[in-house]
Amino acid sequence: MRVLRVPCTGRIDYMMVLKALHKGADGVIVSGCHPNDCHYTSGNYHARRRWMVFKKMMEVMGVDMRRITFSWVSAAEGARWAQLVNEVTDQVRALGPYTEFRQVIGAGIE
Amino acid sequence: MEAVIQRAKELLEQGEVKAVLGYAKGTGSARRPHFARQAGQLDKLVMDEACVQNLAVYVTKHEVKKLGKVAVVALPVTQRAILQLMAERQLRDGSLAILAVDDGAVKELDSASALEEHLALKAQVLNAKDKASLADLEAMDQGQRWAYWQKELSRCMKCYACRNTCPMCYCDHCTMDCNRPQWVPVASHGIGNLEYHMVRTMHLAGRCVECGDCGRACPVGIPVHLLTIGAEETVHELFGQRAGHKAKLDYALSTFKTDDKESFIR
Amino acid sequence: MANTYNLSHESLKGLFGSLRRDGRRILAPVDAAGRVELGEVEAPSQVAADYLQTILSAKEVAFPKVERLLSYTIAPGRVDLKDAEPRALPTVLFGVRPCEAKAFGALDAVFNWDYRDKFFNARMEQLAVIGLSCTKADEACFCTSVGGGPADATGSDILLTPIEGGYLAEVCTEKGAAIRALAPDLFRPGNGVDKAAIAAKVQQAFDQPALTSQLPGMFENEVWADQALRCIGCGACAFVCPTCVCFDIQEEADPKKGERLRCWDSCGFHQFTLHASGHNPREVQGARWRQRVYHKFSYYPERYDMLGCVGCGKCTRACPVDMNLKEHLIEAAGVKA
Repeated sequence: MRVLRVPCTGRIDYMMVLKALHKGADGVIVSGCHPNDCHYTSGNYHARRRWMVFKKMMEVMGVDMRRITFSWVSAAEGARWAQLVNEVTDQVRALGPYTEFRQVIGAGIE
Repeated sequence: MEAVIQRAKELLEQGEVKAVLGYAKGTGSARRPHFARQAGQLDKLVMDEACVQNLAVYVTKHEVKKLGKVAVVALPVTQRAILQLMAERQLRDGSLAILAVDDGAVKELDSASALEEHLALKAQVLNAKDKASLADLEAMDQGQRWAYWQKELSRCMKCYACRNTCPMCYCDHCTMDCNRPQWVPVASHGIGNLEYHMVRTMHLAGRCVECGDCGRACPVGIPVHLLTIGAEETVHELFGQRAGHKAKLDYALSTFKTDDKESFIR
Repeated sequence: MANTYNLSHESLKGLFGSLRRDGRRILAPVDAAGRVELGEVEAPSQVAADYLQTILSAKEVAFPKVERLLSYTIAPGRVDLKDAEPRALPTVLFGVRPCEAKAFGALDAVFNWDYRDKFFNARMEQLAVIGLSCTKADEACFCTSVGGGPADATGSDILLTPIEGGYLAEVCTEKGAAIRALAPDLFRPGNGVDKAAIAAKVQQAFDQPALTSQLPGMFENEVWADQALRCIGCGACAFVCPTCVCFDIQEEADPKKGERLRCWDSCGFHQFTLHASGHNPREVQGARWRQRVYHKFSYYPERYDMLGCVGCGKCTRACPVDMNLKEHLIEAAGVKA
């Protein structure tokens, strides 16, 4: 697992998720503080809207959304975080490599 | 429909505008955008069922802004795009003479508020064909949708006709052209095409006026408009907002409600 | 000098078989959900029944939209560089129009100008062109104004012209003769058919030599900005063009490995001439449109003694805003100095 730290979920550009898949990740966790608990007041509320639209766009494109997990986990919830990471890791292991996506990388070059 | 051409002529001849942007006969049965800057160029203006392009793509161009005040023959999609551009501060309120054409009737509008009022009179309806195509996509399972888009996007050669014909894609420096850092590969290979169309869709979600010009512009017939129109419909369903309806910016993704409802965040 | 034969429909079927037995793939216009595009076929029955032209040109057979030039890996203290080898398959391009066949000459002029491009040449060496004369044309066509014609054999190794029961087959080159040699019995002695009577009638639209000679004097003419006012600056025209040859070199790399790719590019793009300083010598679309016309009708003749346009009209058909090249050239030719 590789952690990309950002100051706030509001800072999470959906391109980071796409790039994770592009660089070979088989699963992605997108996570941060709970709504109403934002250090910057409203970052996660904005993020939530963006994720809602992003998730639908990814579904329309046919991306396997079992590989992208969104979860609210605060800095004080160490146990919850560990549990989430373990669960998602098991889930992604069970799914295996995301071959559908990897086939696109390198395709279309003569 | 002659009325709009008549009014355009008056505006130009009286010197109220420097140019009229409308439609003219093109190659074969096609219609093309037409700029009339002298009285002699007005004869070419036509207005009929074959005129479909969203002319708002031109009003933010430096070359067009330099012409001076322009009168635009504006179909409902053009009206929505102009209003959205004004809301996004890309166009000064009052900088255009808008000849709004709706089902043959013509109305002259000169401000964002007049546009807003005018557009509120009639509900925006998605055309039957696009609606059916979106339903077809919805009916596919995840694997089928992936296969469908991979097949379609394999033809993409990144000519950017879809981006450049879009009135809302006005950025001088598009994220596609950024290389420090380079988010999306320039090459039109598998991943480059996939990421380009994902980014385009996200950038237009909540801003798309659903004219469908991106799909019409594609030389190789990729239905890219289904992505942007689909995303716009998603925004409307989720948040009840639509692009091109408000004089004051009403962008769904730059605001929020504390009770926005979703069911997938754990 | 071309040798002329008759090739019946039945014989063409046999020829396809011979070509495939010889290990060549056959690319031909096929109908893909209403669009005509190049695709691999095994028999003449798979070739699109009725088409004017494909949307894209055949140039991608020799000059693909994305191709790898080299790749490398980086380890501490060493770099391993690997030249890419072009994937050049023995290919027969069947049924392309005379304008497109001729266009390979314009590509060749650039790819073998001051440097011999191994990728382009490797593919061209493996390529044979069986052209097909046009029996119809549309408003976008203007081959006869740029030195070509609907039954012009330039660039074709074999040129077919539809006649009763089959084709008139002109074997024009050594590559063409080699194809005939695969099945010589299929090629019957030809009779004196008047090609011109069968071929489409394409009126000459403008005086090209006169246009070429007056272009240097009208660089600052406002006709270019006028014409370009409705241009939206996309690359559709350049990407469907059979002679447009501009490319971009892209490096796709991370700290451990990378590859260098050659991708199609277009002079219509704002970024095409943008300098690192921020200065852009072609700041407005009018200047970019002028470049497109000048490159094809002034710089090409000056540098290579040929035109960079074959009058196929693909750009006109592909343009989202109906920039009709023929019409614009007629207008430019009519400008009085």
